[in-house]
Amino acid sequence: MTASTGVEGLSDIAELQKQSHPIRGIVALILGVIGLVFAIGLAISLGAADISLSTVWTAITQFSPELTTHQIIHDIRLPRVLGAALVGASFAVAGAIMQGMTRNPLADSGLLGLNSGAAFMLAVCFAFFPGMPYMYLILWSFVGAGLGVAIVYGVGSLSKGGLTPMRLVLAGAAVSALLGALGEGIALYYRIGQDLAFWYAGGVSGTMWSHLRILSPWILVAMIGALMLSRSITLLSLGEEIAIGLGQRTVVVKVWGMVIVLILAGAAVSVVGAVGFVGLIVPHFTRYIVGHDYRWIIACSLVYGALLVVLADLVARTINPPYETPIGALIALIGVPFFLYLARKGGKEL
Amino acid sequence: MSNDFLTQNQQNVRRKNFLIIATLIVLIVVTFVMSMNTGVIKLTPMEVIRTLFGQGDAQQQLILFQFRLPRIVIGVLVGMGLAIAGAVLQGISKNALADPGILGINAGAGLAVMLYISFFPTTKSVPVYLLPVLAFIGAGLTAVLIYSLSYKRHEGITPMRLILTGVAVAAGISSAMIVLTLRLTPENYQFVATWLAGSIWGSNWRFVLSLLPWLLILFPFIYMKSRVLNILNLGEVTSIGLGASIEKERRWLLAASVGLAGASVSVSGGIGFVGLIAPHLARQLVGANHQFLLPTSALLGGFLVLLADTVGRSILEPSEIPAGIVVAVFGAPYFLFLLARLKE
Repeated sequence: MTASTGVEGLSDIAELQKQSHPIRGIVALILGVIGLVFAIGLAISLGAADISLSTVWTAITQFSPELTTHQIIHDIRLPRVLGAALVGASFAVAGAIMQGMTRNPLADSGLLGLNSGAAFMLAVCFAFFPGMPYMYLILWSFVGAGLGVAIVYGVGSLSKGGLTPMRLVLAGAAVSALLGALGEGIALYYRIGQDLAFWYAGGVSGTMWSHLRILSPWILVAMIGALMLSRSITLLSLGEEIAIGLGQRTVVVKVWGMVIVLILAGAAVSVVGAVGFVGLIVPHFTRYIVGHDYRWIIACSLVYGALLVVLADLVARTINPPYETPIGALIALIGVPFFLYLARKGGKEL
Repeated sequence: MSNDFLTQNQQNVRRKNFLIIATLIVLIVVTFVMSMNTGVIKLTPMEVIRTLFGQGDAQQQLILFQFRLPRIVIGVLVGMGLAIAGAVLQGISKNALADPGILGINAGAGLAVMLYISFFPTTKSVPVYLLPVLAFIGAGLTAVLIYSLSYKRHEGITPMRLILTGVAVAAGISSAMIVLTLRLTPENYQFVATWLAGSIWGSNWRFVLSLLPWLLILFPFIYMKSRVLNILNLGEVTSIGLGASIEKERRWLLAASVGLAGASVSVSGGIGFVGLIAPHLARQLVGANHQFLLPTSALLGGFLVLLADTVGRSILEPSEIPAGIVVAVFGAPYFLFLLARLKE
């Protein structure tokens, strides 16, 4: 990012970035929505059987169950694409909230242990309660996400220096290793390893309307909550003292923020498994464009997170047919270099 | 007068340290006998000892020498290898949290082995002597990658950047491994998954022989360098002052530790945290002098893996839990504990 170009200009640019850019925000949001609609159309039309965009349009507006193409669109592609969009939006908004609340540039649900906690809980459900209804699977994955983040935060709050970026990443890695090992042990013992691996790595391919019906209310409510909270998160991102000085009840904001993050990350993991880095990349990108106002950051993260995962899923199933490349691996392809870049900068830009 | 007192004190420390090392050896021997005792067919400790000295019947000999002994020996050797690798990494990076697993070196070794298994899927005919070599290459490439990514001009390598880079590279490698696992047939998958989870799977003498040369060469090499490691511990400025050509020594030691980690991973899969825990415990027992720290770490590492394997085999009989999982379940909380105590 441009902030590192000149030393004397640094404070000015930092000052500038602290301000919000409503016009840029609106433009970014409009462009993002257009891009998302286009990407969704593309994702529905491309696949094992290519379907023209006009057919996609008629299938959505005037659905007729007799046509095979309409059925493919309605039963397979549409839920899958919508699932991808929901998951992407959830991970990205969860990441944005965490980065704002903790002022930690490396905060991401994957790095914080939320994803592995949710995944671990799902492994437990798969092994001990096979055939558990989806509704309860989701609830348990919220609990698992809470478990993961509770351990990471527990370690952070017990430490002398607080939760520094490095401590966060290491605690997250250790918690992921621990919960991963436990989940793996369960999977090996009950011989559900490959089922789980397919489901973790299989991305949004198995998404069905029934899943979406259960998921979307949770995600919708959490998103509205996130947008309502976004002003307070902006204040919090300036530093806890400043936020308190401006009369904010920071504890309340943090608790609500955490609840929203748990719901979003837990729900997303229950669809795609422990996909990391979405919540890391997207908020940084949007912050770079729209500045430091979290009203815009969260709104844009929602759109661009959805866009990122829809595109990743499109690539995942077209790059190497008939195999599906795991979405998590594809996103790691962008996410790992980006993480390295942030680590090199030492987290100076937040 | 004061000089005499110092040597007297040093002698006490030496005596204490030798006592600790002797205790560890006894512990390993006891666990060894216990572990030989664990399994579907029970043998009393007396029978085990008698069979070891060639007095057992044919069935007892078969069970002990063909099935249990190689696995136990491999467990001890792997634990030693990983522990020494961790001790060296912690020594040269001056970072208390360095460990071949956390730095992504185990993942690199694992990826190399897994690539080989998925392209030549006949696991029976894998030339086992090749596996450590492949793992060494994979681990070495990963180490070079991490080293160069975390290197910054004018600043060199900072411990924090090294570890963050390692975590990221490990994440990248694991996603590559996920792509590979999905291509495998269910049987191969079960094999690879168990291996990756750190099961001492290839338990026969050929694996012992493939691992042993690495340890026999690298252990003495590293031990000879324990003075260098002590000096490196004093900090850059002092050690340059003392005339050690730091960068060169550091690279040799890094290569040796990568070799140990790679060879161990090729046989046992990813047993994480051993390289972290063993040196830490050892430091608390015998202090920071590498002459004692290295052998104590090795013994503790061997003991930990042996114990984990024995526990993993016995708590859910007849099923087994891979040693790596048992180690992680105890190792990760210990890591978190260290992390919370560490001042930055």
